[in-house]
Amino acid sequence: MTPILFTQIDGKSANYWAMLGWLGAFAAAALGATWYMEHNGHWVTGMNNQIVWGTPHVFALFLIVAASGALNVASISSVFGRVIYKPLARLSTLLALALLAGGLMVLVLDLGRPDRLIVAMTKYNFKSIFAWNIFLYNGFFVIVGIYMWMMMERRMNRYIKIVGLIAFIWRLALTTGTGSIFGFLVARQAYDAAIMAPMFIVMSFSFGLAIFLLVLMFSYKATERPLGDATLRTLKNLLGVFVTAVLYFVIVQHLTNLYAPEHHGIEAFILRDGGIYTAIFWIGQIAIGGLAPLALLYHPATGKKRTMIALAAAMVIIGGLAQLYVIVIGGQAFPLSIFPGYDVSSNFYDGVVASYTPSLPEVMLGLGGFATAFLIVAVALRALPFLPVTLADGDVDPHYEVPESESI
Amino acid sequence: MTIDAAKRRLLASGAAVAGVAIASGVTLIAPATARKAGEAASDKVRWGLLIDSNKCDTGCDECVIACKTENGWQGHERPTTDPQWIRKVHLKDNKTGATHSLPVMCQHCENPPCVDVCPTGASMQRADGIVLVDRHTCIGCRYCMMACPYKARSFVHEDVTGQKPHMPRGKGTVESCTLCVHRIDVGGTPACVEACTKKAGKEAMIFGDLNDPSSDIAKELSKHVTTRLRADLGLEPGVHYRGF
Amino acid sequence: MNRLKVILGILFMAGTVFAVSSALAEQSTVPLPSPAKAYKGTQCVEPADVMRREHMTFLNHQRDETVRDGVRGKKYSLQQCIDCHATADPEIMAGKVRTLKPFCAECHSYAAVKIDCFACHNPTTPLDKTSDVDLNKMIASHLNEAGDSQ
Repeated sequence: MTPILFTQIDGKSANYWAMLGWLGAFAAAALGATWYMEHNGHWVTGMNNQIVWGTPHVFALFLIVAASGALNVASISSVFGRVIYKPLARLSTLLALALLAGGLMVLVLDLGRPDRLIVAMTKYNFKSIFAWNIFLYNGFFVIVGIYMWMMMERRMNRYIKIVGLIAFIWRLALTTGTGSIFGFLVARQAYDAAIMAPMFIVMSFSFGLAIFLLVLMFSYKATERPLGDATLRTLKNLLGVFVTAVLYFVIVQHLTNLYAPEHHGIEAFILRDGGIYTAIFWIGQIAIGGLAPLALLYHPATGKKRTMIALAAAMVIIGGLAQLYVIVIGGQAFPLSIFPGYDVSSNFYDGVVASYTPSLPEVMLGLGGFATAFLIVAVALRALPFLPVTLADGDVDPHYEVPESESI
Repeated sequence: MTIDAAKRRLLASGAAVAGVAIASGVTLIAPATARKAGEAASDKVRWGLLIDSNKCDTGCDECVIACKTENGWQGHERPTTDPQWIRKVHLKDNKTGATHSLPVMCQHCENPPCVDVCPTGASMQRADGIVLVDRHTCIGCRYCMMACPYKARSFVHEDVTGQKPHMPRGKGTVESCTLCVHRIDVGGTPACVEACTKKAGKEAMIFGDLNDPSSDIAKELSKHVTTRLRADLGLEPGVHYRGF
Repeated sequence: MNRLKVILGILFMAGTVFAVSSALAEQSTVPLPSPAKAYKGTQCVEPADVMRREHMTFLNHQRDETVRDGVRGKKYSLQQCIDCHATADPEIMAGKVRTLKPFCAECHSYAAVKIDCFACHNPTTPLDKTSDVDLNKMIASHLNEAGDSQ
């Protein structure tokens, strides 16, 4: 098998610069939105004392979860030895770092005191899963950075397996930590469940791979490099598996809750009575994010068409945002159960479903996270050799046996 | 009343008690329980409240007004984002129609979930049991607000001006009932307790040291069974209730 | 030879910048700060030159002791600082209140050191004994002690 040749993209076309311009504009708009929110105070956003985490957090969590999942492709090649993923490993590490950077940017810029970020990075309350997350996110940058370097530096190739294993374990810890942000909260009916952590892990597999697939297809189309069916087929089948797994976890979570009368309130809210949240759950998360992509990916009529695969991946992303919207905002909208069994009212919105409308600054901040992530990817692809020259079927041999002497 | 008038004259003439600058508004002083200057809070003490909500009127919110005045948190006609340290909650049994009302504030739990989740340790529990936000370290992430089962905390959504000297507060940090630490540390009682006794005349709220068997609150707690909000969560709140 | 030229060039530029800025500094027209005299007391807890250099360290250490440990009334107590140094200014609420602006802000504006503290520590204290009673009276009357005059 010929060694894989990685090259930079040309990045000279007008389209490339136009894309950079648009991404830069959205990133700049996010910074502007941040200034507006920070200068006036958060009262100008849709977030309030009832819904304390809003649209920025939905986007940030999506990006962070997807970042961990985007590393999957590299992990499968390094840790599990699947050869067909090996050419994709560099792009996988790049995407992981870029998505995490974008997500963290949104998270940090929404803080009430973003100027105190250095406090957050130096004073840790290690009982807090949030503190662990800050530690894990920073470590992720370092470890995946080293992982990426070892792939690109030929003399270091022999260490890929061990660093890949460390990176794999680290990202499992990271995503467990992210899911536990909600799983550890005793206060709210929608959270406080051990299933949140593994569910987030599986969500990360699904969202990360969906974004990876779209970035791969787009960059190969835009640079007119061949992308063979074998690679695409493997990735899309894997995406189907992950989407199914997410649906499984969602079913288990809700079935378990439905068994306990204590949780009937929140279940009725999400599944039937929650208005916008119910709609987003069934239409956004289940239909668009789960059932429709599965149909597109596995149906013989659509499963082989590239546009359908790309559409399925895009739907998974929309479904993922919907899922996080229901978790983050729907979970907060449902009133706290301070006095179980009674009707409660006060001038602090006790006992009522909280209302929330995403505001423009929040949405711009969230979109800016995506824009920053893709901007990083676009610039990096031009600066360093991340993309294989060809992923055509003839050049990517799925049946090649890796000799024992060459550890990948 | 004359004793109190004499004490207020003492305060008005600028004299300080125990050599410590007094915050304005402290009108009830029991010097014997004030800590000495330079002395840290001790874990031998656990401050708590006993609220007999049988005595609470639906229409009475003197505790809320007193807290607002004492600590300087005012609304901006934006009820969804305005600060909220204490509120009156109205209950209704929807099968029988019976109603009840009671004040809810930070419950100053012994195992506070807000302290566990704070990434920087800004949400803290003082040695004497009072749960506070160290606003110097708070980054405004609002995770503690997600974690509190009582919705006790609020986020400062706008610039603040005209702060009380003893209660600095500012935009971008989270805040909640401090059990009037600035009063307690010089031997006083929280503003809400004082207002309930003096202004509303109801004496529904008792403040004291839960660990001291000779304190009023400990004696009341040994006489009557009390409830605590969401006791099932095992947080061991320092605020006890009677009446529901 | 090239390296020597580069080093000499850098030294020359550094020297020029230093000389020019020193000369300019002597002609500065920005007036030196004049922080307001303290409202009360004759002497601070430390000499002025020590305070000028170290007040941030004292406050930084004291704030953690006070907030986290509940220690009050020690030498560097912030309340005591405010008690003496908050002064009235005719431009602030017509001189009826004392604030830290005439004192702290003077030097901080001059040195352009914008600190975090004043966002929250922005106390407004009534001016004098009479106002203290007025303030107390306002609270007291609200506490239903009407008729109990000072």
